[in-house]
Amino acid sequence: MSHNKHSVTLDISRCKGCTNCIKRCPTEAIRVRDGHAIIKEDHCIDCGECIRLCPYQAKKATYDRLEDFSGYKFKIALPAPAMYGQFEELDDVDEILTALLACGFDAVFEVSRAAELITEYTRRYMKKENLPKPIISSACPAIVRLISLRFPYLVDHLLPIMPPIEYAARVARAEVLREHPELTDEDICVLFISPCPAKVSYVRNPIGVKKSAVTGTLAISDIYFKVRSKRKEIKFPQQLSQTGIIGLNWAGSGGEATSLLTDKYLAADGIENCIKVLDEIEHGTLHDLEFVELNACIGGCVGGALNVENPFIAKARLRSLRKYLPISRNRVKDSETVPEEVLLTETVGRNTTMRLSDDRMTAIAKMAEIEQIYKELPHLDCGSCGAPNCHALAEDIVKGEATRQDCLIQLREHYGQDNP
Amino acid sequence: MDKVNFHFDIDGDNFTSAGEASVRIKKMLREMGFTPEIIRRVSVAMYEGEINMVIHANGGDADVNVYCDRIEIILSDRGPGIPNIELAMQEGYSTAPDNIRSLGFGAGMGLPNMKRYTDDMTIESEVGKGTTITMTVNV
Repeated sequence: MSHNKHSVTLDISRCKGCTNCIKRCPTEAIRVRDGHAIIKEDHCIDCGECIRLCPYQAKKATYDRLEDFSGYKFKIALPAPAMYGQFEELDDVDEILTALLACGFDAVFEVSRAAELITEYTRRYMKKENLPKPIISSACPAIVRLISLRFPYLVDHLLPIMPPIEYAARVARAEVLREHPELTDEDICVLFISPCPAKVSYVRNPIGVKKSAVTGTLAISDIYFKVRSKRKEIKFPQQLSQTGIIGLNWAGSGGEATSLLTDKYLAADGIENCIKVLDEIEHGTLHDLEFVELNACIGGCVGGALNVENPFIAKARLRSLRKYLPISRNRVKDSETVPEEVLLTETVGRNTTMRLSDDRMTAIAKMAEIEQIYKELPHLDCGSCGAPNCHALAEDIVKGEATRQDCLIQLREHYGQDNP
Repeated sequence: MDKVNFHFDIDGDNFTSAGEASVRIKKMLREMGFTPEIIRRVSVAMYEGEINMVIHANGGDADVNVYCDRIEIILSDRGPGIPNIELAMQEGYSTAPDNIRSLGFGAGMGLPNMKRYTDDMTIESEVGKGTTITMTVNV
């Protein structure tokens, strides 16, 4: 089991020191130094962009393996709805759930079940008065971290309700404890089967709750082949699935927002698109929207870097899979309240990592220095210095993490002048 | 150094890029640790000013001076000027063309918002020569 809090890591032996990843990292968290990339841990949001981009597969997602948890008496699988989109000719979710049991799990609990409940609670929450509109979904952990880091003043807009993965783990644990009074909470491990590295990191280093009820995170891509072969052996799948259309829709962009039954919503996917939307929300130009769903991956969770299938194919499969399913199979009967147990327990804080200094005088002086250096740089944003653009290099120089000689363009000009 | 200056050429030929200087300023102010309220006020005032310069004056220059205790925004253009400043300051008064209105602009709230979000605003304008607006947000 890896104890690193981040899922996204670098395999130095594979990294060629090219500049593909540094330029597309949404938080400018990567630099190339001494011929290979380094990831600034306090800037990385584990979105997985660099994993998708790296031509040499040097960026990897770390995750746990089923074998790591053999010490537990009872293992619960929490499959993400995106998982169902990975399998060809699937017309019954039960085939996958039964195959998971055959892989060595003692129980399965679909995250999509929790998603349907979270949908219900979100609808109730949205009826409250004086909410900072638009409310922004807190289901994608990469987006929550992006907001905390790059849009710290929008943290109040985040939906203060647990993401389905967290609620699923809690409900699943409680259900198993009810059915098996001989077990204690420590006997149970809850393993999320994840489409993305961001959720691996969420479990290791939760945001919004103190400690996640999920014990570990497996990758869809890692367990895929095992499930696939077990599936072939199954003649009569058990009746396990308790998910409707809404739960399955959460796998793709727009699934969460459309289920709120308001048309005043926006759903964006792909981290660059999400950043543009967040810019607009900060401007206050989207005030007539009620709800904003943002997914860091293109297509939503089906686009996560730990899937095996193309996101659009997965989405098409899910569309046929949900045919003839009830709208929702998880409803809450009681009043119109949002119970305490589904609320986030920790406020998502404003991350100040990006600040130049806590002292304003110092910060202004540093910024002035950055602007001065930036003016003198070539503005090509070529990345050959190892920073994503000239402005980032200027910042690195002032922070003492780089020098002017790192700019190869200027170095070449100097060299040309000295040796005509 | 007690201040930092940011200069922007507001490109009047490229309507779709209007608002970019405001995004940039927001990022810088955040890195300097200003409070959300201050950043919001500056970025909204800046945004409205930028949009105005692009719609009415074919662009211009924007300078933002950041001091410890205040942020100063100076927008100057060589556009047509404002014949009646008092009228222009009225909420709902707009001379924006129809094609701009279809994008949701032209509600006549630009100048009033700039005034509302800043602590001080002066407009110097000469018809046929241009307009300079200086706004200050006290920290």
